[in-house]
Amino acid sequence: MMEKGLMDKGSVEGQVTEDLMRDTLKTREMWLNMGPQHPSTHGVLRLILALEGERIVDTEIVIGYLHRGMEKLAEAKTYPQFLPYTDRLDYISSHAMNFGYVLAVEKLMGIEVPERAQYIRVMMAELTRISSHLIWLATHALDIGAMTVFLYCFREREMILDLFEMACGARLTTSYFRIGGVAHDLPDGFIEQAREFCKIFPKKAQDYDDLILKNRIWLSRTVNVAKISGEEGLNLGLTGPNIRGSGVYWDIRKDEPYSNYDKLDWEIAVEHGCDVYARYLVRLKEMRESCKIVSQCLDILEKLDGPVMAKVPKVIKPPEGEVYASVEAPKGELGFYIVSDGSPKPYRLKIRAPSFANLISVPTMVRGHMVADVIAVIGSIDVVLGEVDR
Amino acid sequence: MAQELVLVVIKMIVVFAVALLIVAYLTYFERKIIGHMQLRLGPMRVGPHGLLQPIADGLKLFVKEDIVPHDSDRWTFYFAPILNLVCALVLLAVIPFSYNFMVTRLNIGVLYVLSLASVGTIALLLAGWSSGSKYPIMGGLRSAAQIFSYEIFLGFSIMGVLMISGSLDLVKIVEAQSKVWNIVYQPVAFVVYVIAALGELNRVPFDLPEAENELVAGFHTEYSGFKFAYFFLAEYANMIVVSCMAVILFLGGWKGPVLPGIVWFLIKMCAFFYFFIWVRATFPRYRYDQFMRIGWKIMLPIALANIVVTGVVMMLV
Amino acid sequence: MAGEKEKKVSKGEVKEERKPKAPAAEEAAKKKAAAPKDEAPQEPQVDVDTLPLVKRVKEVKGEFIEDVKYFRGEITFLVKKEGIVDLCHFLKDDSETQFDFLTEVIGTHYPEREKPFEVVYHLYSTSKKHRVRLKVQLAEDEEVESVFPVWRSATWYEREVYDMLGIRFANHPDLKRILLPDDWEGHPLRKDYPLQGPPGYREAWIKAHCASTNKL
Repeated sequence: MMEKGLMDKGSVEGQVTEDLMRDTLKTREMWLNMGPQHPSTHGVLRLILALEGERIVDTEIVIGYLHRGMEKLAEAKTYPQFLPYTDRLDYISSHAMNFGYVLAVEKLMGIEVPERAQYIRVMMAELTRISSHLIWLATHALDIGAMTVFLYCFREREMILDLFEMACGARLTTSYFRIGGVAHDLPDGFIEQAREFCKIFPKKAQDYDDLILKNRIWLSRTVNVAKISGEEGLNLGLTGPNIRGSGVYWDIRKDEPYSNYDKLDWEIAVEHGCDVYARYLVRLKEMRESCKIVSQCLDILEKLDGPVMAKVPKVIKPPEGEVYASVEAPKGELGFYIVSDGSPKPYRLKIRAPSFANLISVPTMVRGHMVADVIAVIGSIDVVLGEVDR
Repeated sequence: MAQELVLVVIKMIVVFAVALLIVAYLTYFERKIIGHMQLRLGPMRVGPHGLLQPIADGLKLFVKEDIVPHDSDRWTFYFAPILNLVCALVLLAVIPFSYNFMVTRLNIGVLYVLSLASVGTIALLLAGWSSGSKYPIMGGLRSAAQIFSYEIFLGFSIMGVLMISGSLDLVKIVEAQSKVWNIVYQPVAFVVYVIAALGELNRVPFDLPEAENELVAGFHTEYSGFKFAYFFLAEYANMIVVSCMAVILFLGGWKGPVLPGIVWFLIKMCAFFYFFIWVRATFPRYRYDQFMRIGWKIMLPIALANIVVTGVVMMLV
Repeated sequence: MAGEKEKKVSKGEVKEERKPKAPAAEEAAKKKAAAPKDEAPQEPQVDVDTLPLVKRVKEVKGEFIEDVKYFRGEITFLVKKEGIVDLCHFLKDDSETQFDFLTEVIGTHYPEREKPFEVVYHLYSTSKKHRVRLKVQLAEDEEVESVFPVWRSATWYEREVYDMLGIRFANHPDLKRILLPDDWEGHPLRKDYPLQGPPGYREAWIKAHCASTNKL
């Protein structure tokens, strides 16, 4: 395998010689275990790679190192009790996780959420999207070697976390949403500070663009890497920014508008490149669109007064039945399927985690690429293992 | 005779001690500069502004448990870091920091530097191979392939300078630049040299052998404690050598007005060093195959063309 | 065609007999939940057969449909287990349905039922923007055909169902555990699986895995 590594220059000629070598010298592939402890598998993801030199022949993904039995736990908790657990799914975008859960329970119970709470929720969800995409950009860039972007992104994320802290006291696992509204109204000064962020953010986003958007090295590492067509992506369960990077116009916020998304003015970010770079562009655009949504929400919230909690019974006992509600989480479609038997605890709760589904396509994407591309691909589909393993 | 020997030994000790100290503090400056470029402060805890940090790091590495992996080739595993550091430090022997400050003057200084730098590469290969683990093997292979191929056009890029100055002696090369620096005559060669140097040093954007995001830590994944420190020191010593060579070959060595020669030399060297750090803070990393393609398909032809053009111009002028 | 429809309707009734409490209990529960406050508008009683999607499916693949339910704007088909792959192929390829995306596959355990396992498929159409839910009921030890030929993403979803509930999928390319370790015993999302693991499990695990640092 050493000889193979030496001669494998990755070029077309390299491919030809490689085929020759395999036929004549009877070399065999090397198995490389990447993870669960590895600097860039973003948690405890484990990939078993079969390598020909540095080219990937086959991949197997092993998950479950962070499995906490959330779905089983849910069956033993009442509906409000389970809410904080959803924070720990995708722990860097906990508002979005809360959002999906409360929407599902509200749909099950038929609760109408007050207008002001709706806007607060949308705003929080979009701030979460920005912060989640910032982490994604940070780690993705770091994986490809652009170290400075990492710290720039964390600077802006810090501002968002400060906003979260203002609103609910927690920075990461927020549990701010409640079934029927949000925990409490926004504190004084929140709107001003959020406005400040909306003003600063587009300028800072320009910084990231300056560093990598047209950087030749960045382009050569991302363009035409891990191409996947829209059709194949759908077949393999890709959702969210990943599928939009393959030219599929599908954003749950637009197609099945929940909460108040239909009343706000924004665009779906879609790119047709189908590669790592397209997914990067989609997320960059999404951040800017989210920023637009946040400032619109702020405009409305300034004028709109009212309660932030609907009238919800003390003990939440939904009717017998089953619902599925989904939101566009930063990583893709997050769905909660709840079966209720009329008791205060869910009979069955299934979480449709976007990262889990997005991982399915990784072996297809990386086949034929090099080891370094695996990192770019994992970075580009943006997995969070808390959500994958549940 | 005895006196001369003592003098040489003293010179050696001074150069190596100073070099090691500079190397240690280069890590400090790198962390500080890159920290400030990235909106943070870098080391701040040990001593004022973290000034004692390199010493603390050294002590930590010194007292750390010395781990040898079970599947490793024990003696090669020990030998590789030593070879690497020795090769890097021995290079400093021929570097003229000013007209009369150097350990020894060698009339084939350039060849000496190029050849010993190649031997250092073998150390990386040995390290990767002897670790008995897959990531180091891949890192070692990458670095071997990378450095061998980049050495070729590093050599070719220097060729133009050698043709102009007509000597392999580093002092003579500097002396030949009394009026005009070589960078003026050889701008293309300078650019090629800088890129080759980045590749040779395994620095971003060419830090593939130790690409921590792909290969964990590349060839030194299994190394810890002082053996790791050897690699670390060697890497920075190599940076000094490459910077020094750039100064000598292209930037007129110790030549400069008013200030003493050695100060000029250090200023130029630091500027070059700063450039390396700046690049590291700015660029992403190339992929292995792309990197090789750049080397063989772009850099090598450019370097060769440069030699031809230099030769033709020299014949005509 | 008409005869088929009749047959199907009667089948729906039969099914209702088997599970008689569903609509009544649902109503009652709804009322109970609604009692303390002015309940948000409940969906009007929709005749499911008038929905275009239901119409289309019943028209073409009616022989596989056992029952149709409509709750909170979501259509649920109860599908015969033999027909699931066939129906999925139809739903994916038909120009009126175009369900090109398999959102998830879920297993549920109802120990008190005659057929205790239920496999639920959520489908979505990115072009028509509609959703549907398919259900297959299985007896203990019964297998259902994998929908892997229709959507490749089903591999992982079905592995998870197998992992959590022990439902086997026929013709699945690689049916093994996904979230739990390969040597795990039992299927945690079954209702008879204790929340904190089987009795004695914790001690046994420590003995097996933490022998050297056994201080617990």
